[in-house]
Amino acid sequence: MNNVAAVELVNVTKTFGSVVANKNVNMDVRKGEILAILGENGSGKTTLMNMLSGIYHPDEGQIYIDGKEAVISSPKDAFAYKIGMIHQHFKLVDVFTAAENIVLGIDDGKFDPKGISKKVEEISARYGFEIDPTKKIYEMAVSEKQTVEIVKVLYRGADILILDEPTAVLTPQETRKLFAVLRQMREDGKAVIIITHKLHEVLSISDRVAILRKGEHIATVNTAETDETELTELMVGQKVALNIERDEPQGSVDRLTVSHVNCVSREGVKLLDDVSFTAKSGEILGIAGIAGSGQRELLEAIAGLQHLDGGEITYVNPKNGEVVNLRDKNPKQIKELGVRLSFVPEDRLGMGLVGNMDITDNMMLRSYRRGKSMFLDRKRPKNLADEIIKSLQVVTPGTSTPVRRLSGGNVQKVLVGREISSAPSVLMVAYPVRGLDINSSYTIYNLLNTQKRNGVAVIFVGEDLDVLMELCDRIMVIGSGRITGTVDGRSCTKEEIGYLMTKTEKAENEEGGKG
Amino acid sequence: MKKEKNAKTAAKPAPSLKKDREMPFYVVKRGDAAKTPGRSILIHGGAILIALLLCGIATIFVTGDNPISIYATMFKGAFGDAHNLWKTLQDIAILLCVSLAVTPAFKMRFWNTGAEGQVLISALATAMCMFYLGGAVPTPVLMLIMILCSILAGVIWAVVPAVFKAFWGTNETLFTLMMNYVAIQLVEVFLKVADKSGSNTVGPNLLKHGWFPELFGQKYLLNILIVAVLTVLVYIYLKYSKQGYEISVVGESENTARYIGVNVKKVIIRTMVVSGALCGVAGLLLVAGTSHSIDSNLVGGRGFTAIMVSWLAKFDPLMMVLTTLLLVFLDRGASEVTTNFGLNSAYSEILTGVIIFFIIGCEFFINYKVMINRNHPFFKKKEQEAAKEVL
Repeated sequence: MNNVAAVELVNVTKTFGSVVANKNVNMDVRKGEILAILGENGSGKTTLMNMLSGIYHPDEGQIYIDGKEAVISSPKDAFAYKIGMIHQHFKLVDVFTAAENIVLGIDDGKFDPKGISKKVEEISARYGFEIDPTKKIYEMAVSEKQTVEIVKVLYRGADILILDEPTAVLTPQETRKLFAVLRQMREDGKAVIIITHKLHEVLSISDRVAILRKGEHIATVNTAETDETELTELMVGQKVALNIERDEPQGSVDRLTVSHVNCVSREGVKLLDDVSFTAKSGEILGIAGIAGSGQRELLEAIAGLQHLDGGEITYVNPKNGEVVNLRDKNPKQIKELGVRLSFVPEDRLGMGLVGNMDITDNMMLRSYRRGKSMFLDRKRPKNLADEIIKSLQVVTPGTSTPVRRLSGGNVQKVLVGREISSAPSVLMVAYPVRGLDINSSYTIYNLLNTQKRNGVAVIFVGEDLDVLMELCDRIMVIGSGRITGTVDGRSCTKEEIGYLMTKTEKAENEEGGKG
Repeated sequence: MKKEKNAKTAAKPAPSLKKDREMPFYVVKRGDAAKTPGRSILIHGGAILIALLLCGIATIFVTGDNPISIYATMFKGAFGDAHNLWKTLQDIAILLCVSLAVTPAFKMRFWNTGAEGQVLISALATAMCMFYLGGAVPTPVLMLIMILCSILAGVIWAVVPAVFKAFWGTNETLFTLMMNYVAIQLVEVFLKVADKSGSNTVGPNLLKHGWFPELFGQKYLLNILIVAVLTVLVYIYLKYSKQGYEISVVGESENTARYIGVNVKKVIIRTMVVSGALCGVAGLLLVAGTSHSIDSNLVGGRGFTAIMVSWLAKFDPLMMVLTTLLLVFLDRGASEVTTNFGLNSAYSEILTGVIIFFIIGCEFFINYKVMINRNHPFFKKKEQEAAKEVL
């Protein structure tokens, strides 16, 4: 069974205009195997998979499914070949239930909710999913939505599953669950292709790894016979040091104090529950927690974007020691108070930058008010843009390119570059390396470390515990809007953090039981 | 039974896909669409040419008339003699003015469908000043009052929906649309009060004072000059002013606007003041500078056509000069054709529609490229045949 190629790509080439996305790619996936596809941003991973799922069509080359040449010119064809793709961005209808989404687009005459539910439950039981077919999508957490996507393709009888960065949105626990499901599928004889950036995941889940670099297939190696260093080298094309420097904080003083902050959503849900902590200059304070535990609200509260229902946020001005209260101030007022606060939000193109504007115009988002003239000064932002492009090696045709045309890593460099350029004394970053390749990620870590050395109080919200533990001086864990503990970044263990992350979950369940 | 059937469908084996199901063409997104204005012009030119050819062929079959003479008539109708030319320029000026008015709002993603009413209410304010104050105050004073009143009326009509949108999140499209009907009814009331004869127009005989002066003997020149200046001002405002920048940011992403501390409510209201004021100018030009009369159909749908002008030009005031020119030319030419050839007025509208359809269709070809699929058997066969021939 193990040596039957479920999918074979022969000399597949795809170009977009003058850009070669894939060049003469030859690779295969066997039945009952998990193949990881590894490559930096823009190395053509997603394009290649999109050709399998019928979104693109190869310019040259052939695709063989079960040994027969196949022509996949639409997602519908892909389903006919039993290929199912789980995209990075979910394609679900929010107001429909899980079951309705699962059968959406299947034309088999009648809509039979009971039959669907039964079959969904069968699939769930077989692979170990937890899913409630009658639950609406908008009520679901991210991991549940992902489960729906996976069940959706299994429901259609997919034998070849493609997952595009499925773990980017999951907690360590959820990732483990997903991997268990994937292993179950492998046992079932399905071919699973997983695209990911995280090397330790590649090593723990896959049987073989195919590495792409600049659209070309570099090698396919057996996972058992390789390690992180070799994979990185194959991927990047040169040796990369995989450790993050961590200096001892120098001359730390309290910079930003958050005390007893409460925040309630419009629906009456507590988003932040009596949060208190202090960020010190010259150190990196990590914030860990399951996605959606209040990290975003906390940063937005400090940045003046979230209304507080209680508590104080105070800032100590490094120049004159003056203490400023930031409560109920908007970002403009905060800036006018002389607070040097920079914020790299989670939603880069939806909040931190304007996708349709060019790099220059994005540079002046924070500073366009400068000067009394009613007209804009584009000269300074243009110079800043040139500077950032040069110093952070942003890959772009020029400063007049709309930001949305840049790749994820370059978008982030533009955003972080702008926020650092204003010489902040507090720098808040949320998931700064999400979706970034290794080189870009390390560029960002180095930038944060430089800021730390310059005496900036850095607040880093992250998801990868390994990185948090390598980078941060202290790690604060947040669960359901509450601070469940703060640990030392140098001496803590993963288990310790994991326990703190889930601590409030248990407390919440108990409360739910009481209510 | 049902369940069995369900199970069967899901487990259906892959149908044997035939090669000929594949399309011989496929579509690729162009990465450099924004950087090649030359190609954009070429595509637009080509589209208009194809549209004209298509319309010409249809005309021969349907009416038997010579299409070339129809096009010649259209051209003559719009630009033929001095009178027609000035009339066309005047129409362009008014439509352009309304289009300039809606553009800042549209850039902010505020879907103002109430330009019609905003212009009409300003026209009413102007007419009322002329009617009640005409002759009672010296002309320069009257003029000043007219300008103030018309702009104020336009601003009020635009700001009310803006305030509701900013503070209570009401739907601006419906709100502004409804305000149109209020304006129409108010004009009807004025018609009843001002003209006891029951006519549905209050004409120049009743609005004798406060007419715009002629410049160099040209009745419309002042209108045209005012709009030309406004076009440049709006262009500069949107592109180079801090307020224009704020409009773009709010339009693109309210979250980003909040993130940089822009007061979104303030920007919405301020922008609609600008929009309403420009509509006020349009109303003023229509009554005092052009018709010297008022009726409930005075604006004649320009408030809606302006939306198309603005979109076609991608909210660029300078490009809007061209799109206005096109739409006015088609409109004026079509009406000339209708009278000269004795065709039903619907026919010229169909021609106009076809041409506009082709122009809008250009967007697709500017952003995407159609590629030949060389893997398709149709081309493969040809290749093979060609190869054989070579052998």
